[in-house]
Amino acid sequence: MAIKVITPGLSTTVQDLGRPGYYHLGFPEGGGMDRFATMVANLLVGNPEGAALLEATFMGPELEFTAPAVVAVTGGELPPKLNGVEQPTWESFPVKAGDRLSFGFLKGGARAYIAVSGGIDVPLVLGSRSTYVLGALGGFEGRAIKAGDELPVGQDSLGQGSGTPGRTLPPGLRRQEPADIEIRMLPGLYWHRITEAAGARFFEDVWKVAPEADRIGYRFRGGQPLEFVEREQPFGAGSDPSNIVDACYPYGSIQVPSGTEPIVLHRDAVSGGGYMMLGAVISADMDLIAQLQPHRPAQFVPVTLDQALAARADNGALFAAARAHLAP
Amino acid sequence: MAIRFSHGGDEHIFGEVSESMSLESFFTGLSMINAVRAAQIPGVIETCPANASFQVKFDPDKISPTDMLKELKSFEEQAATADQTLATRIIELPVYYQDPWTHETEMRFRERHQDPNSTDLEYSARVNGYATIEEFIAAHAGQPWFVSMVGFVAGLPFLYQLVEQKKQIQAPKYLRPRTDTPKLTVGHGGCFAAIYSVRGAGGYQMYGVTPAPIYDPSQKVRYLTEEMCLFKPGDIVKFRPQTRDEYDATLEAIEANEWEPAIRSCSFSLTEFNRDMAGTNARLMEALNGN
Repeated sequence: MAIKVITPGLSTTVQDLGRPGYYHLGFPEGGGMDRFATMVANLLVGNPEGAALLEATFMGPELEFTAPAVVAVTGGELPPKLNGVEQPTWESFPVKAGDRLSFGFLKGGARAYIAVSGGIDVPLVLGSRSTYVLGALGGFEGRAIKAGDELPVGQDSLGQGSGTPGRTLPPGLRRQEPADIEIRMLPGLYWHRITEAAGARFFEDVWKVAPEADRIGYRFRGGQPLEFVEREQPFGAGSDPSNIVDACYPYGSIQVPSGTEPIVLHRDAVSGGGYMMLGAVISADMDLIAQLQPHRPAQFVPVTLDQALAARADNGALFAAARAHLAP
Repeated sequence: MAIRFSHGGDEHIFGEVSESMSLESFFTGLSMINAVRAAQIPGVIETCPANASFQVKFDPDKISPTDMLKELKSFEEQAATADQTLATRIIELPVYYQDPWTHETEMRFRERHQDPNSTDLEYSARVNGYATIEEFIAAHAGQPWFVSMVGFVAGLPFLYQLVEQKKQIQAPKYLRPRTDTPKLTVGHGGCFAAIYSVRGAGGYQMYGVTPAPIYDPSQKVRYLTEEMCLFKPGDIVKFRPQTRDEYDATLEAIEANEWEPAIRSCSFSLTEFNRDMAGTNARLMEALNGN
């Protein structure tokens, strides 16, 4: 069983839930940027939640199946079409040998997750099938898929009868995208490097997602430049006030090179570097960022550690409810 | 001096040993990370030493950020007094300085540089007080370097030269990062050399290229079959300047998979190095070149 790639979409990669444990060598955790959508797509087709699937960015691929399977599409609103006939999202549907899966225009969000019963069967590399494009590692030949590729499908399954069509996650159990995007972050790391007034402006300003927004990080534009607290730069840091002695970057950390455009590192984060960070986006809001399109307005909102943990618990409850609903 | 701890969101704790770079800070950070690894704390996911700081990623559902911070603080005293001696290795890496590929790349991004009328090498030689590029290269390749961090992208080493602080080469990063850097570029930013393991964006000044792969995800290169990445924190590196002909010959041998860098065991003691830098480096070179 295989999937033939007729057209690849804009940037479609094989992802699972990532390869934690190698960040000290510069390998990011990776995995589906929207973890909730990744998990749900797999459960809908009867796969374990960490099976490998396709993450399509902004635009869907066109795929042909060589054998029958069950498919589900979650995440951003990218309408699937089977042989030209529109299919529901967040619901599993059957495909036959020779069927073609294509997609309409993106109606919401930024990334869709396409799961196939059995999972995409690329080799495990450092414990994961996720594609790390920057390091040409994992996934399908370490890169985004191309026309002509044949993606092997495996036998990753939760057991007999689990891959049934027509299973759905009701809208009430999905993550609701708010009208106004508020990205919650915990101030810290090198927050002390900017003035109090600059800190206040950072939260007052409305930022917009820049076109440079990918799996490595999301850049934001439109706010006022940061003012730094004056100091003599420490030895080894470099001369710009935004420079630090190269350090580790947490996932979700917000760096501001030259104090102008904040960049939120995401699942394929560069593991370290020499720019100060204002703090990090809380874990509960990482999926939200994965679904932001360029030009989308957004504000950063400061939270305390206790608030971050409460949001994490709420987010965990969302995952638990979806798991319970989709239990085989 | 106390480590400055900060929560990085709910899943990370970041520890800054000092704002400025020093080998003392590196060793303290490494000792902290070694202590975390040895303690096998449930919930710890990633442990990363850096130049003068470190970071721990954990699952807050298994250990609360407050408890994780308490654990880390309990290691602080032990780390400050830990033995700063490493059983490590010295690796000799050929470098073709003033190569045509980094030159072509820096010319494409000239408007992003602080001095568009000089090359990266001319600029770096001048701001570091060297009369010629040749003298600058002699200083760069003359004394060994210490791998004080691996990261940014897979397998990229940050290197700190084993010389006194006033002799350290320092250079700013580009005003705006380039979108391209040739693979295996030897670059410099702040007081750090870096070797770009893959082609991609970068902000460091560019001085040359090494023919030797330092990262191989396919694990076919003969010295990278067991580990994809050549470097680990604590490794010592000596650059050896190559001519174009030598570079081409090395590259040919690498393509035939017949080449590997000289790698020898050695030890490094920070106390000994601080007492006698010249003597320590001479012993490192004996370890590399001796029989």
